[in-house]
Amino acid sequence: MTVLSEDLHGDLRESSRSTGWTPVCAYTDLMPERGACVLVGGRQIAVFRTFDGSLYALGNYDPFSGAYVLSRGIVGTRGEEPTVSSPMHKQVFSLLTGVCLDDAEVVVPTYPVRVAGGTVEVSAP
Amino acid sequence: MTELSGTDETSATMDRGEESASMTPERRADAVSGANEEASATGARLVVVGHGPTAYRLIETLVDRGFDGAITVLGEEPRAAYDRVALTSYLAGKSAEDLTYPVPDGVTLRLGARVTGIDREGKVVTTADGHAEPYDILVLATGSSPFVPPVPGKDLQGCFVYRTLDDLDAIRDASRGATAGVVIGGGLLGLEAADALRGLGLSTHVVEMGGWLMPRQVDEGGGSVLRGHIEALGLGVHTGAGVKEIVAGPEGRVTGLVKPDGETIEAQVVVFSAGVRPRDELARSSGLAVGERGGIVVDDGMRTSDPAIYAVGECALHDGVVYGLVGPCFTMAEVAADRILGGEGAFARADLSTKLKLLGVEVAQFGAMDGALDVTFMDPVTGVYQKLFVSDDARTLLGGICVGDATPYNTLKPFVGRELPGSPSELLFTGGPANMDLPDDAQVCSCNNVTHGQVCSAIAEKGLTDVAGIKECTRAGTTCGSCIPMLKQILVKSGVEVSKALCEHFTYSRAELFDIVRVRGITTFSQLIAEHGSGRGCDVCKPTVASILASLHGGHILDGEQAALQDTNDHFLANIQRNGTYSVVPRIPGGEITPDKLIVIGEVARDFGLYTKITGGQRIDLFGARVEQLPLIWKRLVDAGFESGHAYGKALRTVKSCVGSTWCRYGVQDSVGLAIALELRYRGLRSPHKLKSAVSGCARECAEARGKDFGIIATEQGWNLYVGGNGGFTPRHADLFASDLSTDELIRVIDRFLMFYIRTADRLQRTSVWLENQGLDYVKEVVLEDSLGICAELDAQMERHVAGYADEWRAVLEDQDRLRRFVSFVNAPGTPDPSIAFVPERDQVKPVLIPLEPVRS
Repeated sequence: MTVLSEDLHGDLRESSRSTGWTPVCAYTDLMPERGACVLVGGRQIAVFRTFDGSLYALGNYDPFSGAYVLSRGIVGTRGEEPTVSSPMHKQVFSLLTGVCLDDAEVVVPTYPVRVAGGTVEVSAP
Repeated sequence: MTELSGTDETSATMDRGEESASMTPERRADAVSGANEEASATGARLVVVGHGPTAYRLIETLVDRGFDGAITVLGEEPRAAYDRVALTSYLAGKSAEDLTYPVPDGVTLRLGARVTGIDREGKVVTTADGHAEPYDILVLATGSSPFVPPVPGKDLQGCFVYRTLDDLDAIRDASRGATAGVVIGGGLLGLEAADALRGLGLSTHVVEMGGWLMPRQVDEGGGSVLRGHIEALGLGVHTGAGVKEIVAGPEGRVTGLVKPDGETIEAQVVVFSAGVRPRDELARSSGLAVGERGGIVVDDGMRTSDPAIYAVGECALHDGVVYGLVGPCFTMAEVAADRILGGEGAFARADLSTKLKLLGVEVAQFGAMDGALDVTFMDPVTGVYQKLFVSDDARTLLGGICVGDATPYNTLKPFVGRELPGSPSELLFTGGPANMDLPDDAQVCSCNNVTHGQVCSAIAEKGLTDVAGIKECTRAGTTCGSCIPMLKQILVKSGVEVSKALCEHFTYSRAELFDIVRVRGITTFSQLIAEHGSGRGCDVCKPTVASILASLHGGHILDGEQAALQDTNDHFLANIQRNGTYSVVPRIPGGEITPDKLIVIGEVARDFGLYTKITGGQRIDLFGARVEQLPLIWKRLVDAGFESGHAYGKALRTVKSCVGSTWCRYGVQDSVGLAIALELRYRGLRSPHKLKSAVSGCARECAEARGKDFGIIATEQGWNLYVGGNGGFTPRHADLFASDLSTDELIRVIDRFLMFYIRTADRLQRTSVWLENQGLDYVKEVVLEDSLGICAELDAQMERHVAGYADEWRAVLEDQDRLRRFVSFVNAPGTPDPSIAFVPERDQVKPVLIPLEPVRS
């Protein structure tokens, strides 16, 4: 889920089942093509900023290793799709859908994320 | 192919025009299937007399193929079989252990056991010490002994032969007090011995009875070019010269050699290398058939006149020929093994082609040494002589001779007996056919009798992409290595399109990207991928490019955009563990540490609750640190004078050392001091894969340096450098690269070796595989002889690395921006990751692992 500017909002379906937006950090706290982990309501969420400035949020839990580490993976692309690879054993996940591109049966959750007034906000149920 | 030992006039007098493959692939397949039926029914007592390379190949083949009988080997020498082809490398620094072949499991080896009699009736052999060994099958692999011509003075103190490690020890000892040496015999082994004497610092002469050097391999024209090379090295060459007598001084030691013309050559060391004689005395005394001029008569199945007794190797006489080359001897061993297992393997007249580099000069001979027509290419300036023998219509290649440049051997040898792919003169001038289509049955590796077809099908069936893979699957290139250039060509031509693309984002290999970055002066990943790639990279290309940028430009690995390229370990400068925590390994150069520093490590581990373990690299690993703890831990270490270390990343890990001459009563050099200097010099050096090193203070090798990418072993004169060693999944002993270097010379060679590796290796390719692919000789030429003219550049690159090194961990502590990244949660910097938990085990912590619960769609 991508938000290019603060005027754009998350897709309605996502917003509707979320409990609202939680500010997590300044946009500038995020490095281009790296992730950072945020804690929202006890949930670990990995937030990524890609090269073009877009933001994405996935669950931080790596289902292959059982460790909370996806935020520390390498951000890149596969074809046109923005991705992150697990720092443990390098399985690649789509930042758009959370689907593991090396094993499509495995999916990690995605979360709506946006920038509001220079602040990154995440919406978690 | 290389000689097992010198040949003399009793051997190898066959028609050289005959090209043969002693076992065709079909025959091999038959033999194997036959073996499967028979092998399990054997259970026989097999006794092998003699333990040299051929005996080793025999028992290795039997064990590999599942021979289920009892194998007993009786060796005369006090040591196990060793690689006699590499004998001279012993004087250059290789140890006896380096050269010794392993003894396969289940084989009984009795050393110092000279067999004195065979009771063929009772099927028992007896040894000099009275031991009796019963057999069902007996194999004689007694080898040969050097021929010493009956000249006056041949037994004087200072006269030697060149055959065993003991001979070499004696020659080395005698050379200590000597200034000059002479070798009798200018054949292949004689020149090798001359090279050894020269290496021992003696002014060296070679006396050859024939009209020119290496008369068995080259003609008169080639011999005179070879002579020019050898004289240019300062050796004295006396051809057409015999020995009248060897003279001694008043104390009975050799002082010189007198030629028939009365000239005296001063020498304190005399080495006889006038050929060998088959060791057939045991066969003779047991009534087995032997040849008129020596050699145990065998049939195509290597069976002697007694069906229960085989003979293989240099002692065997097959079809009137005794073979002294390693290739035919190995083939004999394989044929005998096959017959013992019930197969139908047969030995046929073998190819006697030879290619070698002696005293730095390439010499090669293949096929026949005469023909209806011959074409010669000669360049007196560079000392190159190449001659091809062809049929009267100039279309069929019969053989060839090369001195100074053996390229035609590599490219044309498989065409012996076949139509040439071009006109002979053109082939010599251009160095080979542009488009070479080898027939499938053309032999590529003569040491191991591997054909072009076998190499091609291995490439196709196993999906091989490099020389190392071909070696592993076919054995081609594993003995003398002269066919490696051809293996490379076959790979290129095999049609198997080897994609060199690093990943979907770059169509280039790592080595090509390295050159692009270097030549175009590219400093960022974004520029590189925009100009030479596509997309935004991945976990393959990003760390690779990060490593290239670090190797070429230095700077902190978390500077600017580079931070986004690093794997998590480099990003957090520590080693991620299975629960998402990290381990910290303080640098302990060379494994030397003061008690105070040791206490600090203990205190840090205790205060942060870290699991502590001693590593294999002589360091101490502290496990279980959360990201926010890392800077705090580093701070404590930095304050105590440590830096953290690379137990992660593609960089130098550690340089291990033994305690060395400072304390050890056996040590001959300060191994700890050198290890510390090397670790401090190369720390932080980013490379295609991790780099490990070790320094041993003497030949006992307690630091296990030969299992390392670059290992150093002390000698009395300095240091021997070994490269390409590996532990892990595919263990490999490092190869001797250079001997008796001073510390300064050593460092220069390592600088260049490492930089050349960094420049040309593939991603995640350890030095072991890289070296197999490049070829040891090629890397030596580049690094030791500067054959590419790049050494100055490599030196400068390493100087930049050394000058630019800074403590990466301290640099994080000094930079608030970088420090801010070291939190578990950006929105809750004070909160530790709640998923990380520990339980006690053996008085320390261990992680509680979260059960896997994959979310399936």
